[in-house]
Amino acid sequence: MKYIPVSKAHAAYLKRLRRDARTVRLSQIGVLLGVLLLWEIGADLKWFDPFILSSPSRVLATVIRLYSDGSLWLHIGTTLFETVLGFVLGTLLGALFAVLLWWMPRLNRILDPYLVVLNALPKIALGPVLIVWIGAGMASIVVMGVLVSLIVTTVTVLNGFLATTDEKQLLMRTLGATKLQIFTKVVFPAGIPDLISALKISVGMSWVGVIVGEYLVSKAGLGYLIVYGGQVFKLDLVMASVAILCVLAALMYYAVAFLEKKVRR
Amino acid sequence: MQSELMTLSDVSHSFYTVEGETSAIEHLNLTVHEGEFLAIVGPSGCGKTTVLSLIMGLIQPTAGSIRCSREGLRLGYMLQRDHLLDHRTVERNVLLGLEVQHRLDAESKARAMRLLDTYGLGEFKRYKPQQLSGGMRQKVALIRTLAIQPDLLLLDEPFSALDYQTRLNLSDEVYRIIRREHKSAILVTHDISEAVSMADRVAVFSARPATLKATVPIGFAPSLSPLERRRQADFHDYFDRIWEELQP
Repeated sequence: MKYIPVSKAHAAYLKRLRRDARTVRLSQIGVLLGVLLLWEIGADLKWFDPFILSSPSRVLATVIRLYSDGSLWLHIGTTLFETVLGFVLGTLLGALFAVLLWWMPRLNRILDPYLVVLNALPKIALGPVLIVWIGAGMASIVVMGVLVSLIVTTVTVLNGFLATTDEKQLLMRTLGATKLQIFTKVVFPAGIPDLISALKISVGMSWVGVIVGEYLVSKAGLGYLIVYGGQVFKLDLVMASVAILCVLAALMYYAVAFLEKKVRR
Repeated sequence: MQSELMTLSDVSHSFYTVEGETSAIEHLNLTVHEGEFLAIVGPSGCGKTTVLSLIMGLIQPTAGSIRCSREGLRLGYMLQRDHLLDHRTVERNVLLGLEVQHRLDAESKARAMRLLDTYGLGEFKRYKPQQLSGGMRQKVALIRTLAIQPDLLLLDEPFSALDYQTRLNLSDEVYRIIRREHKSAILVTHDISEAVSMADRVAVFSARPATLKATVPIGFAPSLSPLERRRQADFHDYFDRIWEELQP
């Protein structure tokens, strides 16, 4: 955003702000470049064994090799598909479940202890069970992605709904509103910020679920590459997969943050 | 005396908690007349708000009856706090009641917008509630209540969350609005001066369980605004009289 200075002092203030923001941004880039450079030089000068720790150039070479043999898009596509599907389904079901629990306070009270336990339980512990129940395929991985984001979405969104005070609902009732109107006109709009923060949490959660799912059972995907690379001691492959994962997870997070900005506007 | 609008006959109401039963109101008889401005004063926690909830039909009396003079009498309720919805503009907050009651059409919308214009909020139509001052917010809340064209307005300490100066100015303004729109109103307050400065009649409640201790007719001409009333010589006589009645 561009601000127009109203006085000399204000112009100096704006300039200070800009310089400050630039310093932070340059430092951020500096940290990244520094780590990469140190890593590369260390590998070159044999400070450590590049076979174990790999190096940026070897990671890059691995990515290019994956790209040229055509498997890069397969692995990225598989993992991305599973994650997006798990994320969308988990968020949707979680939000629907939250609506149901808001609508039926008695049900909410009955299920409360179970929600607490399920929320505390590391969902990936259910992995082996899922494989037995659903089968050793992509479905198990997607369900894992769903499970990991489902409960946390429900809890976060429900808390957002419950934050609407009784007084506001009373006001709606004095205007003659039905329960559905109270929900659509007051409770849901007021819960949107919590819905967005639930999205931000579950976008990371879905990655966890899917990657662990791929560790357990898969024939393709970044999680598969990481496990495979580890088993045959191709650490270049592991590091390359992790690097790709970093980029993808960041992109997805920023997509949600962008959505947030649009909604909050 | 004008015709009766709403009558409470021998109304009692009790609340239940795990500790037991609390009687909030006992054998209350009260009548509001067409075009009348009635104030209810009483010690805090004496069940004044309960009376409004009963009239509004939000809760049912444990005993006794509440009668309206005619079917489909429309009630408007104004709370202590404005409870404007942050995600809606001033305009859409004002239209909320009409929307909920499926009565929003070009005509009712135009009328609501006219209210905003008349009472100096027209230019803030597109603002969000967060951008308004406390007094303006409460005025928007009043217009939201008036937009549904109520026959009887229930005002539940609508000024108590405001600072003193805003409070005097706003009560002056609200009084004029209510008179000009020819509404009947019940004002619940613990502020004796506020009651005397606005009402035609003041009902004094006892401490809980609330019973009607006295009704004091206020003899000012309706054309006098609350601020003008406060400057009248007999203002303090009314104040003292109600003060006496409030003593346990």
